[in-house]
Amino acid sequence: MTQIISLPLSLDDASFEQVFQALAPIAPDDKILLDARHTRWATPYGLTVLLTVAQTRQAKPEFVPPEADDTTSYWARTGFFGHAEKLFDIRKPVPKSRPGPESHVLLEITEISKVDDIHTVVGRIQERAQKILSSELNIDGAASIRFVTTLSEVCQNVVEHAEKSGWVAVQTYQWKKRLGRRVVQIAVSDGGMGFRRSLEKLDGREAPAPGDRWDDGMALEEAVIRGVSRFRDRGRGQGLANARNFLGKWSGKLSIRSGTARIAVVPSWDDDSALLQSLPYFPGAQVLITIPERIGE
Amino acid sequence: MIQTIDLSSVLRRSVCELYSNLVTRPTGVAVRTEIELLVSERSGATLTVIDFTHVGLLDYSCADEVVAKLLLRTTKGFFICRGLHEAHVDAIETALARYELALVVEAADGARCLLGPLGRDERMAWDCVTKLGRADADGVADALRVEPELASGFLETLANRRVLMRAGPHYLRLP
Repeated sequence: MTQIISLPLSLDDASFEQVFQALAPIAPDDKILLDARHTRWATPYGLTVLLTVAQTRQAKPEFVPPEADDTTSYWARTGFFGHAEKLFDIRKPVPKSRPGPESHVLLEITEISKVDDIHTVVGRIQERAQKILSSELNIDGAASIRFVTTLSEVCQNVVEHAEKSGWVAVQTYQWKKRLGRRVVQIAVSDGGMGFRRSLEKLDGREAPAPGDRWDDGMALEEAVIRGVSRFRDRGRGQGLANARNFLGKWSGKLSIRSGTARIAVVPSWDDDSALLQSLPYFPGAQVLITIPERIGE
Repeated sequence: MIQTIDLSSVLRRSVCELYSNLVTRPTGVAVRTEIELLVSERSGATLTVIDFTHVGLLDYSCADEVVAKLLLRTTKGFFICRGLHEAHVDAIETALARYELALVVEAADGARCLLGPLGRDERMAWDCVTKLGRADADGVADALRVEPELASGFLETLANRRVLMRAGPHYLRLP
């Protein structure tokens, strides 16, 4: 029997928890149908994680696209349907438009499975990032470059650790209600092994003693806060640490969900929790970076 | 013998003709391997100038491989980097700090400076030798108004990090 999951009106990192909650009790080989008829809005996180959901299912899921024409047209321009057509059985015709000249889409949804894909992503976003970040978010040229290198480092985590392909998208938004400013968001999602299993592959790592805490939350703390990598090399594990430093300077927010936990480096404008545990399980890692518009000093 | 390596040419030759950005660790490994090969083909004390002028982005993973690992693995030669942009400097500084390495950097006007986690005194000692071209511990101690033993310690640190050359009791700036 097909299990139906209704997608929320607005699909972002917070509301996606409802989807994870609905998915958690469903066996991986059960057929699912994602019903987005009433969805009007989705962030890069929402769209990239939707594609990841499809990749984690053993039976090809079904998908009912949004009813609102402007929503489907927008999703088409982000490149969502181009990928979704391969991963879902889509119940209704969707706009065929290719990713178009959308000024606030810095990077259309792009699949990352190998190193070459990262070169492509970086090459594609470089020029647009500098122009748009400077004009819309008052982020200077040097910081735009660091923004792109941060994107490169986060995407490398997929290639090096996930052992499955992932998705990346970058967009700017007007966050009127939440912040009253524009923001740029990077979303990177994969359905691979996740942080805990990746760190368990560290050579010579001892199994936790009975009673010792070792879970997704601790794995995220080790990787994000302490820069631990599964590789012994001293130069490894610095990608996320450097991303944190960069985001610290620009009041940016980093959140990473993996397995049953989510860690966040929370700037002063947000009141999110630094660590959430016992969330519904979802494989891989879902990274979200948000950088707000720079307001005059 | 001085050898200049255009990093963007190495990138295109060793990884892909179309790439101009030094991003991802495998790219860094490929580029470093090519530089190591070029350096190993030269005998004697070598000075290699690595030119970043035509390199677009440099991420931390690549800076770790192309600069830090190169310095760690190629223990005989001396290196100078030139043509760095601000964002290159940031990634390189981070990589050098990780291993307590130092690097001489040359600006477009030929002026040189040091990157890496060195103290103020060591930087002053390096400036002193760079200005004089050649100096011993006593000369640097006089210039800095410190004890010769202290100056000798600074100079040894700088020579060990290969940002100065040793010649008997003297220390020389990189040519």
